[in-house]
Amino acid sequence: MIFNSPALEYGALAPLLVIFGAAVIAVIVEAFVSAKLRPALQLAISLGAVILSFAQVLRLRGTQSATAAVNSVVVDGPVLFMQGTILVLAFFAFLLLADTDAFAAQASAIPGSSEERTALQTGKIQTEIYPLTLFAVGGMMLFPAANDLITLFVALEVLSLPLYLMAGLSRRRRLLSQEAALKYFLLGAYSSAFFLFGAAFLYGYAGDVSLNAIRDAVSGGSNNEAFLLIGMISLSVGLLFKVGAAPFHSWTPDVYQGAPTPVTAFMAAATKVAAFGAMLRIFYVALGGAVWSWKPMLTAVAILTMVVGSVIAIAQRDVKRMLAYSSVAHAGFLLTGVLALSQEGLEASLFYLATYGFSTLGAFALVTLVRDSSGEVTDLNRWVGLAKRSPGVALLFTTFLLSFAGIPLTAGFIGKFTIFTAAYDSGNIAVVVAGVLSSAIAAFFYIRVIVMMFFTDAQDDTVSVTIPSLYTNLTIWIAAIATVVLGVFPTPVLDAIASLAVFVR
Amino acid sequence: MTSENLVYFIALPLFSSALLMLLGRKADKWGHIFATLVSASVFVIGAMEFLAMRDRPEESRAVTQKLFTWISVGSFNVDAGLLLDQLSIAFVLLITGVGTLIHIYSIAYMSHDRDRRRFFSYLNLFIAAMLLLVLGDSYLNLYVGWEGVGLASYLLIGFWNQKPEYATAAKKAFVANRVGDLGLSIAIMIAFANFGAVSFIGIEEKVGGASETALTAMGLMLLLAATGKSAQFPLQAWLGDAMAGPTPVSALIHAATMVTAGVYLITRSNFVFDNAPNAQLAVVIIGAITLLFGAIIGTAKDDIKKALAASTMSQIGYMIMATGFGPAGYAFAIMHLLTHGFFKAGMFLGAGSVMHGMNDEVNMRRYGGLAKLMPITTITFGLGYLAIIGVPPFAGYYSKDKIIETAFNAGGVQGIIFGSTALLGAIITAFYMTRVMMMTFFGNKRWADDAHPHESPFLMWAPMAVLAIGSVASGYLLYSGKAIVNWLAPVVDKHHHEHTELLPPIVVSALAVTAVVIGVGIALAKYRGELSATAPQDVSIFTRVARRDLLQDDANEFMFMRPGQKLTEVLVKTDDKVIDGMVRGVAASTIGSARGMRKMQTGYVRNYALLILLGALAAFVAILVVTL
Repeated sequence: MIFNSPALEYGALAPLLVIFGAAVIAVIVEAFVSAKLRPALQLAISLGAVILSFAQVLRLRGTQSATAAVNSVVVDGPVLFMQGTILVLAFFAFLLLADTDAFAAQASAIPGSSEERTALQTGKIQTEIYPLTLFAVGGMMLFPAANDLITLFVALEVLSLPLYLMAGLSRRRRLLSQEAALKYFLLGAYSSAFFLFGAAFLYGYAGDVSLNAIRDAVSGGSNNEAFLLIGMISLSVGLLFKVGAAPFHSWTPDVYQGAPTPVTAFMAAATKVAAFGAMLRIFYVALGGAVWSWKPMLTAVAILTMVVGSVIAIAQRDVKRMLAYSSVAHAGFLLTGVLALSQEGLEASLFYLATYGFSTLGAFALVTLVRDSSGEVTDLNRWVGLAKRSPGVALLFTTFLLSFAGIPLTAGFIGKFTIFTAAYDSGNIAVVVAGVLSSAIAAFFYIRVIVMMFFTDAQDDTVSVTIPSLYTNLTIWIAAIATVVLGVFPTPVLDAIASLAVFVR
Repeated sequence: MTSENLVYFIALPLFSSALLMLLGRKADKWGHIFATLVSASVFVIGAMEFLAMRDRPEESRAVTQKLFTWISVGSFNVDAGLLLDQLSIAFVLLITGVGTLIHIYSIAYMSHDRDRRRFFSYLNLFIAAMLLLVLGDSYLNLYVGWEGVGLASYLLIGFWNQKPEYATAAKKAFVANRVGDLGLSIAIMIAFANFGAVSFIGIEEKVGGASETALTAMGLMLLLAATGKSAQFPLQAWLGDAMAGPTPVSALIHAATMVTAGVYLITRSNFVFDNAPNAQLAVVIIGAITLLFGAIIGTAKDDIKKALAASTMSQIGYMIMATGFGPAGYAFAIMHLLTHGFFKAGMFLGAGSVMHGMNDEVNMRRYGGLAKLMPITTITFGLGYLAIIGVPPFAGYYSKDKIIETAFNAGGVQGIIFGSTALLGAIITAFYMTRVMMMTFFGNKRWADDAHPHESPFLMWAPMAVLAIGSVASGYLLYSGKAIVNWLAPVVDKHHHEHTELLPPIVVSALAVTAVVIGVGIALAKYRGELSATAPQDVSIFTRVARRDLLQDDANEFMFMRPGQKLTEVLVKTDDKVIDGMVRGVAASTIGSARGMRKMQTGYVRNYALLILLGALAAFVAILVVTL
């Protein structure tokens, strides 16, 4: 038997290879380097890999259409933009992770056991978080680039499995954290099953797993329609689960709340970019021809997601849960961009993802700063009057909240404006109306938090704001600056997106 | 049009203003020098631009610069851009030239104020905003500058805000300006709705296709904006109170530059007004009313700054009236604006100099006989005085004479009415300015016991002297060989209208000079002898009304404030009971449903999985329904 090794186009795969290579090295470091050296070394490897990979993305930036690894990976404008966004978010996420007191000293120790106490007392620090995050980043970068259903599934699992583990690594309130991890894992596996089920049906429909072949089959229209519909819906469920769209969102608040806050920040910001990237590719490239079959379903999901996210957020008493529901609402806003199924929709979605990513990262980074003696304070009632003691923190948090609410002069406004415009132009009035109304509801709870921080007197003096380390500080400030700059001068970024945002078909 | 780098004009003063604010007390030692140097260097840049522009052929004199695209959504495109043409360069030179002189003056005038640095920071903020106003290439950019000068004016009127009445004055100016600003924003909306553009060039290109109704509406809204900023009837009441600000501010902002922004706005919008005769008539009427209104108030004021403020109002009335005469009048309006910039700023600085020597006394009834002790101030003020009343060959003679001539040339009944109004105004102007002159510098001494009048230091009188030279020479320089008319023609008179002459210029000049003689004569007769240090109380109803600013505040109070207060009361009640009730209802039901939905979040994985399954099933059913 003659076996021809496939041509891999290493150049086009370089951003991915750097990250995965670094992840493997990080695992080896974990095994062979002394515990003292590990934190600094792991951080250096991770940041170095991210920078190197970003350089590769920049090197490829002119690429309009290329496929690699026997057509299973695409490199085009949107992919490179999303990979770049994920890498920038990952860079700052690593900086947040480097403040390691968020993580369990020894993840394997049972909560409350003597092993745990020993581990804490000996000052052990978990550094497995770095290779795990690197693998997740690699998976996220592959997800929107995948050009066939198998690669898509592999990418989904590569990004998900590390996240399940990472969610359970919290140093404090470990039971809550582990419960969140288990829930995330079980439901994730469950939704993966849906995804695979759908993939199988689509294969049955098109006779091929590549997205292009599915598109051709859809436009040919001669195959068994039922296979397409079943496959399409099941696949969507898997994806909608990942982006946290209602009614597949129920894991979001529990996991966001339970996971260590730096992990939540990373998960909320970067996963959304990757998952929406994949979703945009599937709906725009593979299933674009069947738009009339999936549009009503996705419209309903989008409206439900916006309303559920915005309304339930009002009743939240915990800042992380509130931000989780806010992220659900934002998933709904982003779905309107998918629904537009137009060039403008794609551009608007990419812009929205970038702005949302930054604001989310910054907001969660700020949550890590508000503490009392037993760790982070996430109870909103204890944030009352925060501005009196820490006007800086309150002001920065306000910036992010205003951006989430879509108030002009923040990036969130431009994002919402462009995405709703695209949806409106595509004729989908219902979803725009629902979007604007939910934005109004959402603005209520964001602004309520601002009012609580600034205009209500504090009753609780035990909460204090820690002085942020350089890493966290840098992350917060960059995120805040990006939020404002993208709100005031969005044009360069919008133009850049417009110049590269064409999917390879 | 060629492109050139114009951003320095705005960036330099803005940067220096921000720097002085950010550095705080650290910059106290050198802040005023720095601000003055920045202002002077902007003037030098302006002068160089002017010389370069003069050397270029007429059609390529205007230059533009696109700064950045501010908003670009579909067909809605707003660029932030600058336009420097023959009209804006005139303003640039006035703003930075007079501005620099006033910076120099303020170094001495404000030397005892511990917040001098803050004062200079605001001054440069004003210069930046005013330059943006005259350099913006669209109504939207102009609007940014328009609001900017409003802010700077507010900050400077209330600069000594430890006195509550000063803070109130600042607030009054702010409110009156807001009303005008509303007009400007509506005008921009009208422009956008009708032309799809907000840039001057963009609108001018499309103006032929618009209906006259739209143009008239836009013109009236622009006029409303102008009345607010330029203290014209009926939004004039704030200017007198604005004199609460430090005197250099009154000279720069409330005499020479900001208050003339309305004249600039109308001149800049010539393509709108030339096609909307009704709006033009409204402009003339407003100008005519204000020029008399201000002049009459001026006759009754004992506060030297308020008398000058009333005079400013009246002189701007002349300018506004001139702009209403269309292409025949724009150039003369601008000419009067420039000469007025010299003589009025000079007189305000003179008033400041007098106050400086008289323990900040502003009441002219406590002055008298200052000519001997303050010779320089007397001479510079006197030259400004000769200029404003229009004695040939001083600056005001040329500019005001031309406006009166244009008014008569409007023809018909209108020409006679407006021409006579302008003449009457000239008589009253000569009267009240002579009164100021006599009460301040001549006659018997009526000083307070602790007053020790003395001449001001060099840094103060030098700018006054420069402005006095301007008051003497600027009129002839601008007038000779129709310099200003030809210079501005490409902007305001593109089609080279032939201007009819109903009365020969020599006749008009003779009438104007006669008017001056009459006014001066009456004033001399009345204020020649001994005056008492307190204002006589047994005066006619007319004097009393004039002293109360022709009841402008009473009118505002009766027509707007009282009904406004009633309206707010009613609104607050409605808001509490009806609207808040509804909002609370909606909010309560939203929160209620939030609590309900929250119960679905049980925390059990099995429930979540079931929810996902149900969701997937619902999606199946939905798709089946749609496809079948």
